[in-house]
Amino acid sequence: MTFVHAFQFIGDNAGLLWHKSVEHMAIAAVAVAIAMAVALPIGLWLGHLHRGSFLAVNVANIGRALPSLAVLSIGIAFLGVGKANVVLALLVLAIPPIITNAYVAVDSVETDAVEAARGMGMRPTQLFVKVELPLAIPLTFAGIRTAAVYVVATATLAGFFGGGGLGDIISNQASYGLDGVVGAAIVVTVLALGTDGLLAGVQYLITPRGLRGDTELLGAAAEYEATRAAPETA
Amino acid sequence: MIGPAFAAGGGGTVIPNFGRGSNCVRNNHTFCWDWVKQHWSDTLGPALVQHIVLTLIAIGIGFAISLACAFFAHRHGWFERPFGTLSGLLYTIPSLGLFQLLVPITGLSTTTVEIALVSYTLLILFRNTLTGLRSVPEDTREAARGMGLSESQMLWKVELPLAVPAIIAGLRVAVVTVISLATVAAFIVDQGLGSPIFHALQSNFTTELIAAGGLAVALALAADALLLLAQRLITPWARLRRA
Repeated sequence: MTFVHAFQFIGDNAGLLWHKSVEHMAIAAVAVAIAMAVALPIGLWLGHLHRGSFLAVNVANIGRALPSLAVLSIGIAFLGVGKANVVLALLVLAIPPIITNAYVAVDSVETDAVEAARGMGMRPTQLFVKVELPLAIPLTFAGIRTAAVYVVATATLAGFFGGGGLGDIISNQASYGLDGVVGAAIVVTVLALGTDGLLAGVQYLITPRGLRGDTELLGAAAEYEATRAAPETA
Repeated sequence: MIGPAFAAGGGGTVIPNFGRGSNCVRNNHTFCWDWVKQHWSDTLGPALVQHIVLTLIAIGIGFAISLACAFFAHRHGWFERPFGTLSGLLYTIPSLGLFQLLVPITGLSTTTVEIALVSYTLLILFRNTLTGLRSVPEDTREAARGMGLSESQMLWKVELPLAVPAIIAGLRVAVVTVISLATVAAFIVDQGLGSPIFHALQSNFTTELIAAGGLAVALALAADALLLLAQRLITPWARLRRA
């Protein structure tokens, strides 16, 4: 019965839920955009140099181990509640998977391809831009996708920390009732699955044609790659 | 009656003094060691133990399900896709959302929490176990067959031991994931390290936020390190080969 009421709540409060969803996705988008701006250059460049695997892999291990609620609560204890602080805490969670995947993506580009490019007389910068980057797209983007889904999910917790978004409704059963809470939970779930599906589509589209098909489109595949790399170096 | 000491506000909230509490606690300084020492035995310690229990139950059940399903998928390849898709779907659902979606069915109970926590372990454990089993070299299988091992003997004596590094790598991820999500579980049942965090949020009591959050982080990192150590001890041959 609750689910019927929850869908009724969604129907009756479409405006409110739309407003909160936009707020939710805005927080997530800002966090992912900043995380990409910070993590992509570091990960891709370290991968190009084949240096710092210890850093790249361990950053991911530690980043994955950090409980999101704990990171938010420690961050809020020092910084106070508010949107900007929630975004900052989300960054801590979004940066590691992007760095590691970008690193592994470039680092694991086949030596044959690199050698051939060098043999054709490419300079290191050309090699990086024309050979390594295109070949690294699928795995790099898989990292961005993992981070984005993680951030959309975790942004729900922002409601507890004055960050707004759908967590506002989920954390406030006193005002919205169980129907509202379950309704908002349904919307969050749809948002996360939608983000994952949408990014899977984008990942497919930006993957060079020759690489399509042999790359697993599940985001978790990339996660496994990082896991497998871990015991070797950690 | 609400006195002026209760006045809500930002970082400067003053916690009322009920005859206890140091100056540091009453003025809500960023971090007060004395509070942590005083409340270890009645708040933080029990929460830590509950957290570990919640995690162990979820990992135990999730591991059993994943292992059984991975064995099945290893023998019957068609099973990989449906189970992989289902567990991938579960893995993508935001934890707070999944907890709330289960509440109408199983109520505000430990069952709700454990169902959600278990469902987050399946993808990682299933995938890693299956990949581990499949990566056993064909030569090794041939040799085992030549020695007269049956299918099930091969699984238990050859394939499973060789898959241990991949399985433990999966366990590491699953354990830290569950430790992380179990903090959110306190929103459903008043247990684990999330409980003091949610409690402290209401009064913006920073010492408790940092202490409980820090404990959760420490627990996750310790569990991760412990499993890495276990992996090295269980599979000494992996290290020998690398050296």
